[in-house]
Order: sequence, then structure tokens, then C-alpha cells
Amino acid sequence: MSAVQEFFRRDRVFDFMVPKVVDGLDLSHGTVLYMEDVSVAFDGFKAINNLNFYVNAGELRCLIGPNGAGKTTMMDIITGKTRPDTGTCWFGSRMNLLQMSEPEIAQAGIGRKFQKPTVFEYHSVYENLELAMAGPKGVWRTLRARLSAPERERIDEVLNLIGLSDEAQRIAGALSHGQKQWLEIGMLLMQNPLLLLVDEPAAGMTHQEMDRTVELLTSLAGEHSVVVVEHDMDFVRALNSRVTVLHQGSVLAEGSMDQVQGDPKVVEVYLGE
Amino acid sequence: MFLLRTLKGDHGGKVFLLTLLAVMIAVPVLNGLPADNPLYLSTYTVTLLGKYLTYALLAVAVDLVWGYLGILSLGHSAFFALGGYAMGMYLMRQIGERGVYGNPLLPDFMVFLNWQELPWFWHGFDQFWFAALMVFLAPGILAFVFGWLAFRSRVTGVYLSIITQALTYALMLAFFRNEMGFGGNNGLTDFKDILGFSLQSDSTRIGLFLASGIALALGYISCRALVKSRLGRVAVAIRDTEDRTRFIGYKVEHVKLAIFTFSAMLAGVAGALYVPQVGIINPGEFQPLNSIEVVIWVAIGGRATLYGAVLGAIGVNYAKTWFTAAFPEVWLFALGGLFVLVTLLLPRGIAGLWRRRQESAA
Repeated sequence: MSAVQEFFRRDRVFDFMVPKVVDGLDLSHGTVLYMEDVSVAFDGFKAINNLNFYVNAGELRCLIGPNGAGKTTMMDIITGKTRPDTGTCWFGSRMNLLQMSEPEIAQAGIGRKFQKPTVFEYHSVYENLELAMAGPKGVWRTLRARLSAPERERIDEVLNLIGLSDEAQRIAGALSHGQKQWLEIGMLLMQNPLLLLVDEPAAGMTHQEMDRTVELLTSLAGEHSVVVVEHDMDFVRALNSRVTVLHQGSVLAEGSMDQVQGDPKVVEVYLGE
Repeated sequence: MFLLRTLKGDHGGKVFLLTLLAVMIAVPVLNGLPADNPLYLSTYTVTLLGKYLTYALLAVAVDLVWGYLGILSLGHSAFFALGGYAMGMYLMRQIGERGVYGNPLLPDFMVFLNWQELPWFWHGFDQFWFAALMVFLAPGILAFVFGWLAFRSRVTGVYLSIITQALTYALMLAFFRNEMGFGGNNGLTDFKDILGFSLQSDSTRIGLFLASGIALALGYISCRALVKSRLGRVAVAIRDTEDRTRFIGYKVEHVKLAIFTFSAMLAGVAGALYVPQVGIINPGEFQPLNSIEVVIWVAIGGRATLYGAVLGAIGVNYAKTWFTAAFPEVWLFALGGLFVLVTLLLPRGIAGLWRRRQESAA
């Protein structure tokens, strides 16, 4: 009986009638990403367990947590690489990420930087940015594509922002580790994303490079929402943003760096009982 | 204009195309000399050169998918052979009443098998335009269906290579069967004329040689244009880091499918020009070994250069012609040894030598 009653409820919309992708992103509520009650298990191991996570428009957010806390899995769910067993995941209040493919999600405005810098080694820095540029990406359109003047300007602008203007014609494979990380962030920027997911940007960087990265990421917030996953606590402190602590697949604590570090639960997780 | 823009910065390509042009002018002239002149080029040699040019086009097609897209196809001779069969069927229908059995409609092997009527798939091949269309469509459709299934399931690397190898092997077994209606293990042969010109005459052979040269030049230029376009850069990006390309928003499967199909069609054209010059097409062309040999040509010439593939195809085949005449039993060892040596000492092939000199000079 109760199943039948479900059909007559006026406040419900059938799942299959929920539009897959609605043109344009609705950010009128000021929230870019909603993840609610998300769980995912691999062979019985709960990598994500009833996770609730929200990101506001223009916010810079750091995500920390011990190894195996589910940080990377969470990124995988947002970008469509992994599908959760239960829960919902919305981009703005209209796009259902769980029904979109990886390229669709990328096109919609979520960019991801991987843990290991992966740039196109055999292309020049300039070409790397060109390929990453937002725009039509069908086979025929790509074959006929020519760079227009505004597109060139956009590439120069990003080159400037990531500080690689002098290296524009160099092969990306010849860049230093830190420069590759910046190039990858630049490639994300070329897609004009609303939400940037940045996985361990400071790994293997020198102090100068780290300072430069902090500067870059802070300058991006405001125009974009940025989620940074990082292990290096000094780096997170330097970013001076809201911090979310993940533990065993769910949120353990949230707040400023000082609040989080003072939280006894967090101390316990990091230092052991 | 288009040509100049396409070849901008491609020095190897310019040298290659100019050489090809010179050869295409010189060969008919030398062939026209009196036979006792020391510079006289026999028609046999002209046909041999024409055959090399079709091999070179096949090698360019393989280099496009292997060098720039990272798909090591070990089945490209299947597309080559399908193009060849399409042309062979046209040539077969041109024989008409001049066959051994004098049947105006049925090719000899069908009369021999006691078939009463022409199978449905042989209809239309009496028209050149239809056969020419099939030269593109038969390999193209096979590549499209095969690629659609393989790329959609994200089969990559060695596994894909093995499947392409299986594809060509399966086709070979199928074409060996008489019931298939493609002449069984004898294949199609005894051709008389093409477009009304006798295949035995010198002028037709020169014409076929020139057609092969033009096809190679056009194939090279279109591949170069593709590689220089943004699509070409996306292809290289897929070769190097496929996942990353997908995250950026490119539909990797579509790009692979488009380029793979295009390459298969080029291989088909090469096969179609090959068949009238050698005068036979049989299931042996589907042999897995043939496809592997093409990959070796490309590796020796230097992959991801396009002109290196041409260099490798012509060089290795010239060596093959010489070796199999002088020391037939040594050839496969020589080829294997050459492959090992090039892989160890010249990972970028013969073309890499020249590039290295260019780079050290710069």
C-alpha cells in the first residue's frame, strides 16, 4: 500500500523525470556542490560512509585527513570516475552529477588536478593550454579549429597568472616539478571551471615554489570555488581557509585551521588514542 | 596555399614530396628510352616501384595510428587486403567472356564451383565508381565497427594489438573458404584490363605507377594536415595520457574512432592500387605476419614522422627484393636483426638520425 501511496504524493517527482542536465548552472543558493548521504564500498570496505559535504561559491576549502580517509575517492565521485552506492551529488542546484559522464562533468565546469602532475609531456606549454581551453570538443570542430584573437589573449593571460610566460614554447616534459603543477592548474583554468579540485598541489615543491602556489590558489578563490587536498599542514595553514577533516569516509570536523587543530576528535585521529 | 601551410616546418616532408615528384617525372622518361640505353628502366622495375609506393602509403596509414594516436595496430593489412579485394572484384568482372570458361557473367572460379548465379555482393562491381566507393567503404566500415566496439570498451595497449591481430587472422580463415565467394585460396587473378586499358601494356603500368605516387602524396599531405590540426595534438595527448585528455573534456573514443577509420581507408586505397600492379589478390594478404612487417617498416623508418614510414617501407622492401633473390633463406633473419638493431641503437628510426643532427645544429 505504501508503495502505491508514493505515486500519489504531490511533492515528489519520479526519478526518471528528473532532467539529466539542465542548461545553465543554478547557483542562486550560493552553493556550488552538494554531496548528501554519499556512501561507497569497495569489496565491503566502506571508503565513503554517509558523507555530507557542501562547497560555497567562490570559497577556498582545504580537505585534510589521514591516509585512506576517502579524500581521493570523494574527488573520483565528484568527477564521475566512481559511482556511489547511495546518496546524491549535485553541481549547483540543477545538475545531477551522478547521471553525467566524465567529459560532461568536465564540460559543465568541474576541473580536477591530479596528485601526480600529468601534463602532455610532448606538447609545448602553450599547446597544453590550448588543448585544455573551454569550447567545442567534437572531432570535426577540433579538426577545423583555429585560435582566435580572444583565445590567444586568454592563453597569454593564464600564462601570466601561472608565471610561465617565458616558458610558453618549451616542451612541457622539460619543466620542473613545480612548474608542471602550475601548468596543470593553468590547464584547469583554461576550462573556466566554477569548481577546481586540486589534489596535493604542494607535493615535492621547494619553499619558494610553495609560497608561489599559495599565492596562486588564494588569487583564484572568489572567481572560482577551490577545493584543495593537502597533507602538508604548513601549506594548509598558509592558505588560511576553512578546513574539513575527513576520517573513515565521513566528515569529522569543519572550521578554521585553529578550531580544527583544537578539536579533541581530530587530535585523537592524528595522534592515536 | 593550403599545401604550403600544411608543410610549414615539415622539412622531411618537403624533401620527400620533392623526391617523389622527381621520381614520378623521371620514371616515365627513363622507361621511354630505347632498351639498349644504360639508363633504361624496365617496365618490371616500374611496377616494382609502384608496388613499393603502395606499401609506403600503407606504412603512412599505420604510422598515423601508431605514431600519433598510440594504437599499435597489428591488423592493418586486413584493411589493405579488403581494399585490394574490392579492386580485384572490379577487375574480375572486367574479364567477361575472355575467361577460361567464357561465361559472360560469372568469374571462372564460380563456374568451376558450379555456381549458377552471381552472389548478391558481387553486383555493382562491374562499375568502376562502385568498386572505387567500396575501396573506401569496406575497410572503413570494418574499422568503424571494430573500433566502436573496442574503443568503447576501453581496450588499449597490448590487448588491442592482439585483437587486431585476431581480426586479420579471422578474415584470412574466412577468405580461404570457397563458400565465401571470393575465390578461396586462389583468390582473384587473371585480370585483363582496368577502365578499358590492358593491364599488360607499358602505358597502363606507368599510369598505375603514377596513380600510386599521387595517392601516396595526397595521403601524406592529408595525414600531415590532420597531425598539424588541433585534432592531431589531441591525438598525441591521447597517446601520452589518455585519462587526462578525457578529463579535459575530449571524447577520446570518438577521436580514436575517426582517426582509426580514416587510416583504414588509406590502407584500403593502398591495397586497391597494389592489386592491379601485382595482378593477384589472395587470402595470404591477410596473414598476421604481413601486418607485423608493416609495423617493422614504420619502426625502422622512425615513427611519428610520417616521412619516416615512407623511408622504412621503401628501404625494407628494396632490401627484401634484393635479399630474397640473392639469399632467400636469410631474409627473415636479416629483417629480425635489423628490427632489433634499430630498436636498440636508433629508437627514433632512420628519420631520428636526421632529426638529431638538426637538433644538435640548432
